[in-house]
Amino acid sequence: MQSLSNRKKVVSNKKMTFLEKIYLPAIFGGMWITFKHLLRKNNTLRYPEHTREFAPVYRGQHVLKRDEEGRENCTACGLCAVACPAEAITMVAAEREKGEEKLYREEKYAASYEINMLRCIFCGLCEEACPKEAVFLTDRIVPTNFERDSFVYGKDRLVEDINNRIDITKRQHTGKRTEK
Amino acid sequence: MEISELIEKLALIVALFGVTLGIAAYATYFERKVAAWFQDRIGPDRAGPFGILQPLADGGKLFFKEDFIPANAEKWLFIMGPGIAMFTALMTGSVIPWSTDLELFGQTVALQVADINIGILFIMGFLSIGVYGIMIGGWASNNKFSLFGAIRASSQMISYELAMGICVITIVMMSGSLSLRDIVNTQHGMNWNVFYQPLAFVIFFICSLAETNRAPFDLAECESELIGGYHTEYGSMKMGFYLFAEYVSLFTSSAVISVLFFGGFNFPGMDNFDGNTLAILGVVAMFTKTFFFIFVFMWIRWTIPRFRFDQLMHLGWKSLIPISIINMLITGLVIAFNEGWFK
Repeated sequence: MQSLSNRKKVVSNKKMTFLEKIYLPAIFGGMWITFKHLLRKNNTLRYPEHTREFAPVYRGQHVLKRDEEGRENCTACGLCAVACPAEAITMVAAEREKGEEKLYREEKYAASYEINMLRCIFCGLCEEACPKEAVFLTDRIVPTNFERDSFVYGKDRLVEDINNRIDITKRQHTGKRTEK
Repeated sequence: MEISELIEKLALIVALFGVTLGIAAYATYFERKVAAWFQDRIGPDRAGPFGILQPLADGGKLFFKEDFIPANAEKWLFIMGPGIAMFTALMTGSVIPWSTDLELFGQTVALQVADINIGILFIMGFLSIGVYGIMIGGWASNNKFSLFGAIRASSQMISYELAMGICVITIVMMSGSLSLRDIVNTQHGMNWNVFYQPLAFVIFFICSLAETNRAPFDLAECESELIGGYHTEYGSMKMGFYLFAEYVSLFTSSAVISVLFFGGFNFPGMDNFDGNTLAILGVVAMFTKTFFFIFVFMWIRWTIPRFRFDQLMHLGWKSLIPISIINMLITGLVIAFNEGWFK
């Protein structure tokens, strides 16, 4: 019958020749191959001492950026939550009170902002959706834990520390807002 | 027997025991390293520099695991199995000559625990008893996989012992003695048996692979089919004994191969030395050969896939035994011709 997939393989049960029957040439051939591997340099990375260099576009744990004056960029517009295919992001919006201008950049801000790191697939769509350049993915790895609850990251772990900024320029061209 | 002789033999036994166990322990480490090198990995390197303390860590782990005996197992046979395996593996080392005589404190010390005149028969005998360790362990476990492993091991070892024995006969015919020291002494210098009996060497080597239950003949263990075969039900140090016995017999069979075919402690240019220098160089030569064969055993293990059981039996009964018998007959004819019996 005509093969449809063209991947049909005809099985042959041919008699072994004498050299094949005594196995030894094939065995020595195999041993020569393994011996070449003995001399080869291995590619093992000794993990705890050395870590693999991440690609510049690596997508790891998120950060909520502050602007140059230390004000939170996020306005709780909810576009990231809408864009999120894994529905990992939830937030509660609140209005900025008088005297909070130093804390929040615009009149509206996120009172709570949570990302469930177990749901998150690190696709980066939230970062793409964000109009305020607030949420970015960084080259940090989400640490492991034994409790599921602890993987829901709130603002305490997402917003960057004012004195200890997270560098995102590696995968962003600027990381700064451009005037639109 | 004098007291000094007793002390000398005791010291030799303790030294041999320590060396055998030490080498067996480090063979486990070396096996993992060799496997890693062949597979482009690094292997154990966390315990101490280069992972040197890995065997200690392994042993410690085995000691502290729960010593478990299954409810339906034959309790005493279950305990005896690993004991027999270990005992027979350790006994074979006692007749192997490690070097020429050493002069110590005005006394001649033969570097061989027992120079019995049937040394090679002794080794063959203990190799055969070694089957019992596996057989009893597999039977006592009361587990079908263990029993399968034990049956496979025993049938395999019995079939390969025949070809092995016939190869030994050819060597005995050439040297005219069953004593291992005499066999070594006839291979003076570079006059090794392997150059006269390459076929016997190949067959003997294959049979020792089968006798030590190592890949490609590790059907008795066979993780993928029998979940470890005869030691499926074993844990803790009993398991450790089985594994250890395998490495001890790996060491002794490497030593036997180098004694029978590669001249034991003989090395080219040995006539330029004498006395203790010769003895020490002999030990070095002997151990170099032994370690080389341990490496080859490991090399083969990490190269060749396991045989099927019917292939194993075919190879043993239909190839190795006829070839070794023909080899023995030809050897006999040549010896008879050289002795002038046909004139």
